[in-house]
Amino acid sequence: MAKTPKPNELIQIDLTPPSRDWEDPTVEFRPGTWNYAADPETLKYLDLPNPRKWQVSDEDWQLPENWQQIIMEGFKDRLQRFRSFKVFMDVCVRCGACADKCHYYIGSGDPKNMPVLRAELLRSVYRNDFTAMGKVFGKMAGGRELTVDVLKEWFYYFYQCTECRRCSVFCPYGIDTAEITMMAREMMNLIGLSIEWILTPASNCFRTGNHLGIQPHGFADSIEFAVEELEEVTGVKVDAPMNKKGAEILFVAPSADYFASPHYYTLLGYLALFHEIGLDYTWSSYASEGGNFGLFHSNEMMKRLNSKIYAEAKRLGVKWILGGECGHMWRVLNQYMDTMNGPADFLEVPKSPITGTVFENARSTKMVHVTEFTSDLIKHGKLKLDPSRNDHWRVTFHDSCNPARAMGLFEEPRYVIKNVANNFFEMPENTIREQTFCCGSGAGLGTDENMEMRMRGGLPRANAVKYVHDKHDVNVLCCICAIDKATLPPLLEYWVPGVEVCGIHELLGNALVMKGENDRSTDLRGTPIAEEADPTEEAVGESGTTKEGAKDE
Amino acid sequence: MKLVLSVLAIIVLALVPWVGVSTMGLHTVFGVVLPYLAIAIFLVGFVWRILDWARSPVPFRIPTTCGQQKSHSWIKQDKVENPHSFWSTVGRMLLEVLFFRSLFRNTKAGIKDGPRLVYDSSKWLWALGMAFHYSFLVVFLRHFKYFAEPTPDWVLGLQWVDNFFQVGLPVIYLTDVLLIGAVSLLFIRRLWSPQVRYISLASDYFPLLLILGVAVSGVWMRYFAKTDILAVKQLGTGLISFSPVGADVLSGIGAVFFIHLFLVCCLFIYFPFSKLMHLGGVFLSPTRNLANNSRMKRHINPWNPEVKVHTYDEYEEEFRDVMKAAGLPVEKE
Repeated sequence: MAKTPKPNELIQIDLTPPSRDWEDPTVEFRPGTWNYAADPETLKYLDLPNPRKWQVSDEDWQLPENWQQIIMEGFKDRLQRFRSFKVFMDVCVRCGACADKCHYYIGSGDPKNMPVLRAELLRSVYRNDFTAMGKVFGKMAGGRELTVDVLKEWFYYFYQCTECRRCSVFCPYGIDTAEITMMAREMMNLIGLSIEWILTPASNCFRTGNHLGIQPHGFADSIEFAVEELEEVTGVKVDAPMNKKGAEILFVAPSADYFASPHYYTLLGYLALFHEIGLDYTWSSYASEGGNFGLFHSNEMMKRLNSKIYAEAKRLGVKWILGGECGHMWRVLNQYMDTMNGPADFLEVPKSPITGTVFENARSTKMVHVTEFTSDLIKHGKLKLDPSRNDHWRVTFHDSCNPARAMGLFEEPRYVIKNVANNFFEMPENTIREQTFCCGSGAGLGTDENMEMRMRGGLPRANAVKYVHDKHDVNVLCCICAIDKATLPPLLEYWVPGVEVCGIHELLGNALVMKGENDRSTDLRGTPIAEEADPTEEAVGESGTTKEGAKDE
Repeated sequence: MKLVLSVLAIIVLALVPWVGVSTMGLHTVFGVVLPYLAIAIFLVGFVWRILDWARSPVPFRIPTTCGQQKSHSWIKQDKVENPHSFWSTVGRMLLEVLFFRSLFRNTKAGIKDGPRLVYDSSKWLWALGMAFHYSFLVVFLRHFKYFAEPTPDWVLGLQWVDNFFQVGLPVIYLTDVLLIGAVSLLFIRRLWSPQVRYISLASDYFPLLLILGVAVSGVWMRYFAKTDILAVKQLGTGLISFSPVGADVLSGIGAVFFIHLFLVCCLFIYFPFSKLMHLGGVFLSPTRNLANNSRMKRHINPWNPEVKVHTYDEYEEEFRDVMKAAGLPVEKE
């Protein structure tokens, strides 16, 4: 594993591009900036083309003999199937508005991480082979031949894009680099170039129902373990039905929620909430993953993995589906699921059994986001909440890329947070809501071998956290994404030590007053809840003396 | 190199009609044949490009949402930045097309000591873009006076507004100044900003210079090298009524006019094959022209592929024993 440079070394970023022409393809696969190649066995299990043993750092990638032809046919095919791709190949005027909007460019200064140039890596080949201008004027018209070096450049830079869509917010034509990256990755898949961290979770999910490859008994164990843990903390024994036919609601969360930390505390929050309102719901071991690493691979893989959710809802005979805290999961659910695997005509329009609210915005897909559900409960006064139980937290909220820019879920999570915590501070406005910055590790790039790029890509997010940490003593970053919860802790440890990461339903679980509960002397993490806040302590908050006080385990 | 090529191309293009008219007497070619050809290529090319884009389907609804979604009645939806209905999507598109909404958001990122990342508001590109596009539009529309006799009232009105400040003689059109100023600044920006220069291709310099050439040659005629306006108007009305004037009228018009006209023809011919097609493309961008309603309304992907899935039955077949041991219900005992 490459040694990650220290923050003071890494921050020496020069945003001035080199004098050399960008059109000369040059990539140096420096350790710490790329992801391992996928195992050929995984490709075989998923029936994917051209499986073979190769590694990114190899000089020879063992490309199939006719690889250029395969890519060109794949290119043409995608131009014919996706208007987005075709329009985005043609309309860019290279105004440069997107250039400094990418977290990877800001954090690395590598000009090919400017969204415009990332796209130009494809566009140059497109111009060369698919446009009249390129065919006549070739290089003069900005055309480039597809060579092995160009391909290696594709691989390097299209696995340095987290498909966060921030650039597309600023583009006057709405050119979405996520879309371009997806196309590039699909084309590279055709010749067997995929990465381990995307394909292994995808194949796990295909087989066992979740990315982590947890088999049904492991799944049941961890949910049961969480039930016990919750009882220890709250004194309340909750029920967590699994694979239960005839339940009203199927609940689907990202698998990290029941297997990773700090996700786990969010799981405890869900369990407490559903018990307290007496929700008739079920977990499923078959559809035990809301996330979808297929999204980072190809639209077909996304469909293959996503199909389980409706299939399971149908088998169990539920009325509608509730989805947990996860970012890219919600991109798939909001923008793709119904089109790919619908119609969900065997389900009913979602209606909260507690408040009677009909979720009109999910009328067709029949899947509701848990913060939509919970905010409705709070609005109707159905929950007894004691936000002072979160007084040891000074909270800021990170809008995860996909719920922000592929959904527009801004107020629901904030409404919940403000009702369950007393100390809430927003990060600067250019770093939240639709302008939010990625964790730097999304779209399948959250690996240890890619740590340097992750720290670079996460710099803008971490730096905004640092701002509220310094100014308001913020000590926890709340978010609604499983990848965030996995990758922000090391990022913050690196750039802003002293800030933890949590989910919204963890904070909700802390604040939720349950019938028959014990004295609740600790929060869901087992950390003692601070006594009534001492006003003098609050006053010295700015100097940073209180920020660590309450939550050391 | 890319810049040199573009400058050379413009010089050559300006010389072609000069030579053609003043030494070879090809007035009819440059005054009649080429304009018809250019307009034909532009119209056919433009329509073909739009149809070509439209031929590719939009399989998925992928709007970029830049505001609050429609959810609870008590949460205010941002209808413009996150539309869910047809008309609010039209509103979003109008803001985008007429006012360059997304470009208005522009910021400039910088790293200060601390380290502290800052994002300063940066509206220059937006302002130049607006000035350029709108002044170009007005200049274009003003030219209708050369194609209709008598000059339509709306053109006279436009001229009146454009002459509002009554400076100079002949009175200087505001849009002439704006157009040349904005194009020049956009060009300078391409060279000045290291990032933008790095990403610029010959096909970025060329159209700017071409438009600058069109504008400068036009301005030159109006303010310096006086041209026989009546003859030009005869040419224009003749062209539009498909009864073009003869060489006798054309030979009375100065060479600068033919340079101007030729560069305009080049722009029309170049248009459909270039990035200038963003004029049409902006309307077809799926991240902007679609409503964020994919949970409310099912959208159809015309090529929705059959894919191999792992069914519940296959899953239970593989894991039945451990499922039973863990107390999970199974379909088949």
